[in-house]
Amino acid sequence: MEPLSWGQIALQLLIRFLPVWIALIVTFALSITYKRRLGLYGKLFDNTIGMVGFGLVMFWVYTALMVGLFDWIVTHDPLSTASGMKNKVPGTPLRGAEEGEFAWYLLGGDTLARDVFSRMVEGAWVVIRIAPLATLFAFMVGITLGLPAGYFGGRLDSALSFAANLILAFPVILLFYLLVTPEMVETGIPSYMGVVLFLFPIIFLTVLVNARYRTQPARRNVMLAVLLFVLGWAYLSVVSDPQTPVAFLPRDLDLFDIPGGILVVFVSVVFVNAPTVFRIVRGLTLDIKTRDYVAAAQTRGEGPWYIMLWEILPNTRGPLIVDFCLRIGYTTILLGTLGFFGLGLPPESPDWGTTINQGRKLLSIYPHPAIVPALALLSLVLGLNLLADGLREESLKD
Amino acid sequence: MILFLLKRLGTMILTALCLSFIVFFLTNLEPNLRKVAKFEGNSRMEESEVQNWLANNGYKQPILTRYGEWLGVVPGWTNDRAGVVTGRCIEGDLTAETAPRFCGVLQGNWGDSMVFRDEVSTIVGVRLWMTGKLMLWVMLLMVPSALILGVLAGMREGSKTDRSLSTLSIATTATPEYVSGVILIAVFASSAVGLKWFKGTATAAMEDATFENFFLPVLTISLYGMGYIARMTRASMAEVMTAQYIRTARLKGVSFRNIVLKHALRNALIAPFTVIMLQFPWLLNGVVVVETLFNYKGLGWALVQAAGNNDINLLLGISVVSVLVVLVTQLISDIGYVYLNPRIRIS
Repeated sequence: MEPLSWGQIALQLLIRFLPVWIALIVTFALSITYKRRLGLYGKLFDNTIGMVGFGLVMFWVYTALMVGLFDWIVTHDPLSTASGMKNKVPGTPLRGAEEGEFAWYLLGGDTLARDVFSRMVEGAWVVIRIAPLATLFAFMVGITLGLPAGYFGGRLDSALSFAANLILAFPVILLFYLLVTPEMVETGIPSYMGVVLFLFPIIFLTVLVNARYRTQPARRNVMLAVLLFVLGWAYLSVVSDPQTPVAFLPRDLDLFDIPGGILVVFVSVVFVNAPTVFRIVRGLTLDIKTRDYVAAAQTRGEGPWYIMLWEILPNTRGPLIVDFCLRIGYTTILLGTLGFFGLGLPPESPDWGTTINQGRKLLSIYPHPAIVPALALLSLVLGLNLLADGLREESLKD
Repeated sequence: MILFLLKRLGTMILTALCLSFIVFFLTNLEPNLRKVAKFEGNSRMEESEVQNWLANNGYKQPILTRYGEWLGVVPGWTNDRAGVVTGRCIEGDLTAETAPRFCGVLQGNWGDSMVFRDEVSTIVGVRLWMTGKLMLWVMLLMVPSALILGVLAGMREGSKTDRSLSTLSIATTATPEYVSGVILIAVFASSAVGLKWFKGTATAAMEDATFENFFLPVLTISLYGMGYIARMTRASMAEVMTAQYIRTARLKGVSFRNIVLKHALRNALIAPFTVIMLQFPWLLNGVVVVETLFNYKGLGWALVQAAGNNDINLLLGISVVSVLVVLVTQLISDIGYVYLNPRIRIS
């Protein structure tokens, strides 16, 4: 088998990503056809920068989903090694490739002779699973605390703002080093923090539903019961893990456990992001609560939570959506930082930060094992930033 | 103004106390202490020996007492074992009689580092000087280039220059230090690409910094912060350019060049000033990554070493210093904002 030239590598890569191209083309074709009916999302397709950003983001989302759910795209197992493939340059043929096995290491081999390409696409699945969800949780925490702080003000505001500034004054890496070590996991502090942080989405959704349907008790009771049962069970399953000090749910009732390290990483990323979201929401609330429609709702006799969640919150959506996109990018960077310092995720994990960390030791001789995940991370974050920029521009137009 | 300063100073001290207590608490949890005991004593100690060692060295007191000892507001512990008196403040030539009662941060005693076997204050001093040198060059590179980028983009909003410069600044904010550092090393310092213009490590730059060994780390940190400042400058510049007095100047027939330089620039630079100051916490992060990547032994490198080995005293010292840096820059940015903006200064 001959080594592939750069042109052939590019061609093979294009072919490997074929399902992603198809999905992207379908998405863009549908969105552009119906863009007049799709609101803000549709307007994105009038904006070149926004479209480029959306394309980059969706490329990684589709890649992650296809790798994670169907096992497409990957050429080799990201954890297994092959003999004689250590630090090989991109396009090296696999020695003694069997029938039906992909015959090359498309983007070369790393220091442990694993396939760089497969690790890169598997890394996308790790990032896409954690980053948006962690950002969403950070938003729920920030919103649940930021709305009352801005709306009621006073002592509550001072106390919460002080706490938020406290966390923000910490250098993030120091915080990670303090929270994400094996000793700290042993004490259970990250798990207890998870117990508290995961409570916020439940509080948020319960108050949201309650404030809306307070006047129709029968309907509200049914909705709240269903919501609390589903969310409560999910919450208990997430929080309770036999590996940590927080383990109270019997095995048969425990729906799922989050694999080692991921929960800790998740909790610390939420913890770091929430104060910034809190500050943004608080600032927006302070601004919006002086508007006439809030005064109208107060005169109507609406409760404070209804006003906060159904009058103020919907009107903060513009800046919040933009910040959400930016913050997913920032969370991706934070995840990479954790991996770069070898914290949290297991050392053989294919996520981009860990891979960059392993590749950087031989960077000046064999740059490809570190460069490939670095470019992947760069393109995803760049896509999110461009998307946010496009959204901001379009939402300011009207 | 004085009242405002005092209030801010009070909040600062309270914040620093809270943060140092959090770090103290987290580093002094049971499993961490066991690790310390095994590091200082013997790595194959039995559980009972570990507990003994901890009790003999004052680690078994209540956490608040120990925090007070570290701070220097509670007398240091002493331990009388069969006539041999040991204690927190008894070290070197001092005996139980001559040793001071208090020895904490307030008395200028930051304790000893476990990993480096030296006084924390010396280590922090040396490392801070190294990091200060790095930061100085970062500021010298980052701030002017960011301001120029922002002003050029913002002076004609929506033009081709604006579009391309804005995209460039978005691209730099999307590149964290560990990505840009890796790419820069691979392109400019590796034998694979073959340019080899710069050195891939900055260890030599600690003694004698040259363009060749110091430019890459400085550039890596600057790039990430630059985009953000440039975008803020652009937004502020674009806003100023739509103001009434700019239109008046233009109608008077002042040249575009003079409008930008004499009328718009000063007002447009108020907002970026605050942003630059608030960038410090981020820069500290970048410093840790870059110092690790380029093996430059500054404060960030020491932080990684201390945190990896749970070196309690050093970790506390570094976090107090970095938190103070963050808080002081916040204070400067507040004062500077008030000072630069006449509307706030007068009212």
